[in-house]
Amino acid sequence: MSVDSALANTYTPAEMMTIAAARLLWPGCVCFVGIGVPSAAANLARLTHAPDMVLIYESGGIGTHPSVLPLSIGDGELAETATAVVSLPEIFSYWLQAGRIDVGFLGAAQIDRFGNLNTTVIGGYGKPKTRLPGAGGAPEIALHAKQIFVVLKQSPRSFVAKLDFCTSAGFLSGHGERARRALPGAGPQAVITDLGVLKPAIGSQELTLVARYENVSVDRIRAATGWPLAVANTVDVMAVPTAEELRVLRDLHKRTEIAHARDASRSRKTPALSASQVNA
Amino acid sequence: MQFGSLQEIVDGYIRDGQSVALEGFTHLIPFAAGHEILRQKKRDLHLIRMTPDLIYDQLIGAGCARALTFSWGGNPGVGSLHRLRDAVENDWPQPLTIHEHSHAGMAAAYTAGAARLPFGILRGYVGTHLSRVNPQIREVRCPYTNDAIATVPAINPDVTVLHAQAADRQGNILIRGIVGAQKEAALAANMLLVTVEEIVDSLGAPMNAIVLPHWVVTAIAEVPMGAYPSYAHGYYARDNAFYLAWDEMSRDRKRFTEWINRHVLCSHDHAEFLDSLAEAA
Repeated sequence: MSVDSALANTYTPAEMMTIAAARLLWPGCVCFVGIGVPSAAANLARLTHAPDMVLIYESGGIGTHPSVLPLSIGDGELAETATAVVSLPEIFSYWLQAGRIDVGFLGAAQIDRFGNLNTTVIGGYGKPKTRLPGAGGAPEIALHAKQIFVVLKQSPRSFVAKLDFCTSAGFLSGHGERARRALPGAGPQAVITDLGVLKPAIGSQELTLVARYENVSVDRIRAATGWPLAVANTVDVMAVPTAEELRVLRDLHKRTEIAHARDASRSRKTPALSASQVNA
Repeated sequence: MQFGSLQEIVDGYIRDGQSVALEGFTHLIPFAAGHEILRQKKRDLHLIRMTPDLIYDQLIGAGCARALTFSWGGNPGVGSLHRLRDAVENDWPQPLTIHEHSHAGMAAAYTAGAARLPFGILRGYVGTHLSRVNPQIREVRCPYTNDAIATVPAINPDVTVLHAQAADRQGNILIRGIVGAQKEAALAANMLLVTVEEIVDSLGAPMNAIVLPHWVVTAIAEVPMGAYPSYAHGYYARDNAFYLAWDEMSRDRKRFTEWINRHVLCSHDHAEFLDSLAEAA
């Protein structure tokens, strides 16, 4: 058994999702990055096959090279390693709105079959069942980035027939509505989940399963989708993570854990709010 | 411009019912000032902030706010703001009116406010439901191309509160690192209160740095560690462990209230607040 296959036997669905997303990024691409899986995927791509890609975080860092993943969108690491740090009005106007972003990476609580996204509420807006954080940069990232990649775990709760609230536009009702309404970017060109990858169909723009991960059946992916899922004639099986991809990703996560623990201990003369205190 | 203690400047300039923006995009969040507002039991505030963060979670949970204008209300990198959620979902401790935007919309609103324009414009909100729930988001036709373009009314807070690295003895303020929309929020406000890490003889500001001249500043208080558990670039790092721990801490109303009482209300000032956290750890 090769090292590759031995390691690959042990990867998690979350690692596969991050690696699949990273593979979609290319050398030199300008990527507007959000926190979480998008940040991990973009940095994995930068540390493997796309060293010269440009990472932009909405907090103002242009061309950041973090050695560890930031916990928040505005960790000091992002400013310290950036080519330039600009203000928030500038990042959204001169950089995003001006069309300088190749790829915007978004997550969501809900997605529909046309790639529209909800990060605002579950239930009614006036009396929500669950109040989510809200829009942040997403509506305009979804509007202006040349294309969008969406990353989220796939389940009937997240892949819904009808959004409770549309925070960010995908293809709206599909069938060319996005282009007819002259939205500047091309919209979601890939949805990367923990089970496989969906892409918009030509014409209808309905999200269609084009790739699945090893040991994940198409039936399982259908069952994790809250509408009758369109499936491509040929569904590719995504290559398992390479030993290099797993090593770089795990090193990145390990460095991040150590750094965040160290940040806490040096951040003031007195210790951080500890677990014991939380329970006090 | 006046120098004073934090207690004096909050007492002197922040009134019940005002619109107050404590800005700072993850960096330089004015926690000490927020805690002083909480200690002085200000009420019915209309809080304004792009990212409410833990400080607004605390002010909302402690009953200081009647309204919130915001664009992203989470605990960055962690999850929900549980006190904000409880207010929106269950009206606890009191109903909270929300005015919700996107970041780009709020940035445009602050920029318009700083320039004393009536509204900001952006290519934004297209295809979203935000304009259905926030009637302040409207559109105009471009007089040159006839394109539709989104508008947001200018934000002009009664008071903006910032935390900055340093002031000089004249009261000029230097801000560096991730600067968010602080300059716009500062110049949009009718009054500007600033806490600083230190007061220095000379700022040594590089050309084109973000310097707020003393004559736009209302009052300054020196509060070392005043952004903690957020951070001040060049002084101390963000306490990410605190942000992670807050998730558990803030879920339960009783535990939250005990924490506020013990660490904020029973502390006379920010130094005592930091000491009380250290003692409890």
